[in-house]
Amino acid sequence: MSGVELKARRDGIMLGPVGLPWRPRVLAATAVVAVVAALVFAGGIAAGSSGLSLPDVLAALAGVADSATSFIVTELRLPRAAAGAAVGACLGLAGALTQTFSRNPLATPDILGVTSGAAAGAVAAIVLGGGGYSVGASLLGFGIPVVAAVGGLVAAGLAYGLAWRGGVDSYRIILIGIGLTASLGGLTSYLLVRAQLTQASAASQWLVGSLSGISWASVWPMLAVLGCAVPVLITQAAGLTLGQLGDEFSVSLGLAVQRHRLIVIGVAVLLTAAAVSAAGPVGFIAFVAPQLAQRLAGTARPPLVASALTGAVVVLAADVLARSLLPGEIPVGIITAVIGAPYLIWLLIRRKDVR
Amino acid sequence: MLAAVASLMLGSNLISAGQVVHALIDSAADLDAIVWGSRVPRTVLGIVVGFALGVAGAVMQGQTRNPLADPGIFGVSAGASLAVVVGVYVLRVNSPLVTSALALVGAVVASVVVFAIATAGRGLASPVPLAIAGTAVSALLGAITSFLVLTDQTTLAAYRIWVVGSLSGRNLDGTAAMVCLVAVGLVLAGLNAGSLNNLALGTELARGLGESLWRARLVGLAAITFLTAGAVSLAGPIGFIGLTAPHLARALVGGDHRRLLPASGLVGVLALLGADVIGRLIGGQAEVAVGVVLATLGGVVFVVIVRRAKLVAL
Amino acid sequence: MIAVEAERLRLGYEQKVVFDGIDLRIAQGSVTTLIGANGCGKSTLLKAFGRLLAPLDGQVRLDGRPLRAMSTTQIARRLAILPQKPLTPAATSVRDLVMRGRHPHQSLLRPWTPDDAGIVDAALAATGLTEVADRDVNTLSGGQLQRAWVALVLAQQTPTILLDEPTTFLDLSHQLEVLRLVRRINAEQGTTIVMVLHDLSLAARFSDRLVVLHEGQVLADGTPWQVLTPQVLATAFGLEAQVIADPVTGSPLVIPLEPSAGSLASSVVRDESEQLVRLG
Repeated sequence: MSGVELKARRDGIMLGPVGLPWRPRVLAATAVVAVVAALVFAGGIAAGSSGLSLPDVLAALAGVADSATSFIVTELRLPRAAAGAAVGACLGLAGALTQTFSRNPLATPDILGVTSGAAAGAVAAIVLGGGGYSVGASLLGFGIPVVAAVGGLVAAGLAYGLAWRGGVDSYRIILIGIGLTASLGGLTSYLLVRAQLTQASAASQWLVGSLSGISWASVWPMLAVLGCAVPVLITQAAGLTLGQLGDEFSVSLGLAVQRHRLIVIGVAVLLTAAAVSAAGPVGFIAFVAPQLAQRLAGTARPPLVASALTGAVVVLAADVLARSLLPGEIPVGIITAVIGAPYLIWLLIRRKDVR
Repeated sequence: MLAAVASLMLGSNLISAGQVVHALIDSAADLDAIVWGSRVPRTVLGIVVGFALGVAGAVMQGQTRNPLADPGIFGVSAGASLAVVVGVYVLRVNSPLVTSALALVGAVVASVVVFAIATAGRGLASPVPLAIAGTAVSALLGAITSFLVLTDQTTLAAYRIWVVGSLSGRNLDGTAAMVCLVAVGLVLAGLNAGSLNNLALGTELARGLGESLWRARLVGLAAITFLTAGAVSLAGPIGFIGLTAPHLARALVGGDHRRLLPASGLVGVLALLGADVIGRLIGGQAEVAVGVVLATLGGVVFVVIVRRAKLVAL
Repeated sequence: MIAVEAERLRLGYEQKVVFDGIDLRIAQGSVTTLIGANGCGKSTLLKAFGRLLAPLDGQVRLDGRPLRAMSTTQIARRLAILPQKPLTPAATSVRDLVMRGRHPHQSLLRPWTPDDAGIVDAALAATGLTEVADRDVNTLSGGQLQRAWVALVLAQQTPTILLDEPTTFLDLSHQLEVLRLVRRINAEQGTTIVMVLHDLSLAARFSDRLVVLHEGQVLADGTPWQVLTPQVLATAFGLEAQVIADPVTGSPLVIPLEPSAGSLASSVVRDESEQLVRLG
């Protein structure tokens, strides 16, 4: 006899002690995006200057291919594909969180100051470090990713602290974020203008965001943050749904609004800092992935899992396109907009009832 | 007023108020060249551009009812940038006048496209599709611009100069046309103020008050396009003012658009002239571009004000 | 037993103090309605009862325990509050909206159980929304949407319910429907109800007790017949009115007078109102 008792209704299902609501469209959309993500991931490993067939890739992953193929797959292509997927997932998820808590589709993690802080940190390290200043050199000593991550976290902490007035109001933190982002952006431009040409061009390249030359060392931090984010977000999912009813109603239904908001912002900031420190400020994904996922799943707020997967699909597809179709290596940040924007525009045009 | 006077006086050569007045009235000596040749056009430009951007930002936020909306998200800046870049890439354009004209065309085309996309699905009731369509189109145009810039050195060189918003090195040739454009935009914005007040009550109540949504949206968006296109053609894509001036103005005079629009314009002028003067002073001979100063210092000022002010939400 | 109790409660917003030391006790199992002119602080007081507004001084007790000592989830299991202007979420079915009322009773492993679903069904049925349960809330009429909010609060299944103007946007028959529903829940489950209502006659008809708030004070407090006197109406609302018995229910019915006819009545009113203050 099975010990698991199963009760089902049209709107939910009970498996022993675990109860789950039944949302066919969300599940279907998530499954489809997951399958597409897997396909693009495999395609990303196969595509490249030395073309590999899918069987080659599978053989290499299983460890039975010849050494050349196996080297290309496990040392070059796999880390890059993993990095693309992780960057996309981190930014997609972070975007879903910021858009949800602020109830504003234009609110990406950038408004929390993370991205501009990371950029200012990285550019300062590159420019001052290359210029022979001792401060810069010691910054550079930590490595650009670490400096970027610290810059992003400090800026986000500053935004949160400055927005605090006996609690953080989601409207105020957005405005503070706008100001902080502008300030840090101006600082970054100033550093660029004053830098010597070689450092300026290195810094500009970092600022576009790119997956080239990425290694396992920068993939692990992203996977670690994603791994920690998932259990935390499971505890906050109900709160994100309640938040759509407004602060007062959320409180009356038993949500500790300030604690919930701090956790959600914190997770979004960590995810973004991890992604930006690995690949630079890859733009647009945090905006487009949640918007696409929300329209595919037909939900009230961006669905978290589907947003992360959509982010991964967009970045991976952009990277494949960049490497296989176009001459030279176009930074992935540019291609993401070329793929994501028309699709979103198409969804907007054929929509029936988008509010 | 004060900012304008300061803007005429201050620079890498300090000129006293008396000398300025003297030079303005009476043509004499070297000072005359500096005042008339550089400072006056620059100050006039700052006033026009700052006012246009401040008003455009307030109209944009009123239309979308979104505090994160700046005139840029309507595709205007991105369209202008792309047109300039394409002009250099294909035709090797290098006259400032043609560049301005191209920027104008790009701005108008982009805004029409955004409007078409946002209204293609269904009606004009919700402002959300407009904001999303604008962001998506801007990103797409921005990506194409980056692509062209990255693949061509000549284009990069021209683009770099244009894209850093600046009031310097721009003479008044062809400015008259742009100023007319801004003036038309201001009139349209003024006509739109009442509609914006109605839209703030929600589209249903607005229609109940006899508002035609098509007219309200079209007039508002035309105003934004004219104002931003004019400003961008004059001084390059200067960010920040359109986004932040309305918030400060709202904290000062409240949410009534009949007062908010001019107040936002004045805040824009103040910020732009202030930043330009500071840029000239701290940079010495190699002055710092106004866009950079504006963002850096303006951001700090904005944070301080937002922290203290009782916020007026949209 | 006292369900909700305000002790020397001082309430206010950034600059303005609305109540400076107000005391009020709400008996368990009663239907109490707060009335008063616009801006007299009815909603402010209700928010403080529902911990949506932190008191500047004094405290609120729920079932004898200070609110401050309880976690927000503990409160949510004992007290539900329907705010005046909830935000309507996009792309959400009526059933999903009402399901959110189950949040305080759910745990991490159980975002859904058949019991929850049954309670939601019952709440939908009680508010007459079963037919539209799968429609998007944004397609509902104003009356249906208001009933959906009430259903959400019912699904919370708390011994105390606070309702801030639950009948706004409703036509008269739906107003009656909601208020009858409130009475029925009160009768069947002994639920304590505190409401804010604007219609005085409806308030009188459906409440055990009326509390009139005026200038940060309790102006009058008692059964509808004790409270709804021309004197109280004149002070609290600046309204000259006659109070007659409702021919159907026998509850007081407020009939506003035309200004010219009322000038005589007001002179009579004045010295009687002094009497009332002494009584209070």
